Amino acid sequence: MAEVLVYVDHVDGAVRKPTLELLTLARRIGEPVAVALGAGAADTAAVLAEHGAVKVLTADAPEFAEYLVVPKVDALQAAYDSVSAAGSLAAVLVPSSAEGKEIAARLAVRIGSGIITDAVDLEAGDEGPVATQAAFAASFTTKSRVSKGTPVITVKPNSAPVEAAAAAGTVEALAVTFGALATGTKVVSRTPRESTGRPELTEAAIVVSGGRGVNGAENFHLIEELADSLGAAVGASRAAVDAGWYPHTNQVGQTGKSVSPQLYIASGISGAIQHRAGMQTSKTIVAINKDAEAPIFDLVDYGVVGDLFEVVPQLTGEIKARKG
Amino acid sequence: MSLRIVVCVKYVPDATGDRHFADDLTVDREDVDGLLSELDEYAVEQALQIADEADDAEITVLTVGPEDAKDALRKALSMGADKAIHVEDDDLHGSDVMATSLVLAKALDKAGYDLVITGMASTDGTMGVLPAILAERLGVPQVTLLSEVKVEDGTVTGRRDGDSASEQLVASLPAVVSVTDQSGEARYPSFKGIMAAKKKPVESWDLEELEIEADEVGLEGSWTAVDSAAQRPARTAGTIVKDEGEGGKQLAEFLAGQKFI
Ligand SMILES: Cc1cc2nc3c(=O)[nH]c(=O)nc-3n(C[C@H](O)[C@H](O)[C@H](O)COP(=O)(O)OP(=O)(O)OC[C@H]3O[C@@H](n4cnc5c(N)ncnc54)[C@H](O)[C@@H]3O)c2cc1C
Ligand SMILES: Cc1cc2nc3c(=O)[nH]c(=O)nc-3n(C[C@H](O)[C@H](O)[C@H](O)COP(=O)(O)OP(=O)(O)OC[C@H]3O[C@@H](n4cnc5c(N)ncnc54)[C@H](O)[C@@H]3O)c2cc1C
Repeated sequence: MAEVLVYVDHVDGAVRKPTLELLTLARRIGEPVAVALGAGAADTAAVLAEHGAVKVLTADAPEFAEYLVVPKVDALQAAYDSVSAAGSLAAVLVPSSAEGKEIAARLAVRIGSGIITDAVDLEAGDEGPVATQAAFAASFTTKSRVSKGTPVITVKPNSAPVEAAAAAGTVEALAVTFGALATGTKVVSRTPRESTGRPELTEAAIVVSGGRGVNGAENFHLIEELADSLGAAVGASRAAVDAGWYPHTNQVGQTGKSVSPQLYIASGISGAIQHRAGMQTSKTIVAINKDAEAPIFDLVDYGVVGDLFEVVPQLTGEIKARKG
Repeated sequence: MSLRIVVCVKYVPDATGDRHFADDLTVDREDVDGLLSELDEYAVEQALQIADEADDAEITVLTVGPEDAKDALRKALSMGADKAIHVEDDDLHGSDVMATSLVLAKALDKAGYDLVITGMASTDGTMGVLPAILAERLGVPQVTLLSEVKVEDGTVTGRRDGDSASEQLVASLPAVVSVTDQSGEARYPSFKGIMAAKKKPVESWDLEELEIEADEVGLEGSWTAVDSAAQRPARTAGTIVKDEGEGGKQLAEFLAGQKFI
């Protein structure tokens, strides 16, 4: 059976959920071989094995943290070379983070392959894997294929369920030599994001977002309290971010995060096309807006026309009461 | 020595229009007005600011696109860029990111550059990978997704706000830089700028001038293929209630019914 390379997104050995989703998709196409790089790489093996990785190729070197993107491309290329030399390689799958996309794209140039980014589904096909993409702010769905080389495909979070599927997960050290470009862009300093204790925005099952209607940073606690009552992540529209009410890392939309949760709750958000681009594929959409004409209501499964300062606290209180 | 800045800009269908695909599954550019991708305005703005700081700099804007893509170049020129290059050829129709980046890389080599600046992503394809691909093809450092950028003494520094950390980056020129919409509001063209733009030089290059064969680009030369495109079914109309004092409770009832509570 052909193998599928899966690039592992992890933080010091803790594998992030989108990588486990990739393993589910990879198993539809072939046998997953995971590639984990950087500090803690070997610690990823147990979880990856539980989810179907037959092999885990690992490498650690200071270059991965000290220079931007290219050292990781060198390593992924080394994995590509070793797996394709030994047998047949059906695809290279990478999580669709900003960095993941850049790594995938540079690998594709090097190995002479086409690339598909931001797939939301993946299936085996007669002419290689078929990717589903959402286009034009998710108003269209397209099916595409890579027609030259080994398909390189990046996949968005929440595109597949996480499934247990025990496999060997044999750890093998990957030999990597860094090329001349690897040290081109130096990372002089890194300030990690402070953890909020809430789920990661792109991975969360529920996202609660606030927009211009929240009317001030001092009111965002209403959105946070609703989010916490549901165990949700907090999002914001660009209007709220630009006003300085909430951090840019929480922005949902074309130039922020793209989310696809089970439930999306928008409060005081009008539903501009660029906002929709980042949340339109959510399963259930709920909105609270005082303007009955707001375009967000075209998307909703349930909408409340009303003042969020009344509706949101009442909703939070009711959820808490029901949960006891 | 003059700092040669080249800004890559894309001409895209207006996102607020009714965008769709043509019969050959490429972007329909007939029915919807096109414009300079809004996210590339940020790239032009940073180029102008870097040029202001430099003793001597020249800004060229470069696009690969159909005839109407000249509008995007004009807009960038009216913001203050000095000259423009338009790569235009019927054989380019339907090019994917590998084909487009091949053309851009050849055009950049021919034009000459110290600093290439791009937007964070186009507003139609939205891949966000072209800058990284350009850096790979040109063999120069990639300094991408910057929300702050500075060029001094042959080096570029900047802040990249990533998912898990904010990183301070440094690289030496020549380099490829991409900037985000957090890098600073783009200026509006002034009346004077619009008038001046009419006299600025716009060169047109075709594939032959770049020594690219027709079968390396376009639908034929692309390394990806789109098999189908379908409009997403409209979401089924939901329940909308007016808050008469019980809106929050009604919403909680709905969420409980959906097993979210
Ligand atoms: C290139 C580009 C990229 C962009 N990227 C993004 C992006 O990534 N994400 C994004 O969100 N936007 C993005 N935008 C901006 C987008 O076009 C909108 O401007 C933005 O989404 C508006 O945010 P909003 O809905 O919070 O504000 P508004 O459009 O001002 O809407 C506020 C809403 O709140 C309602 N409201 C006010 N007070 C109350 C109240 N007390 N109770 C209930 N409702 C109330 C109002 O009725 C209104 O509908 C982008 C724009 C461009 C050009
Ligand atoms: C909905 C949709 C999905 C697509 N998916 C794929 C895919 O999965 N794989 C694939 O290979 N192709 C795909 N394409 C085609 C691809 O978008 C184009 O080939 C495009 O030229 C490059 O990708 P981008 O616009 O997404 O670039 P991005 O990487 O998003 O662009 C980043 C920056 O590069 C510069 N730039 C981009 N295009 C040009 C240009 N023509 N001239 C000058 N500068 C430019 C701009 O500065 C821009 O801000 C898709 C197109 C559409 C409309």
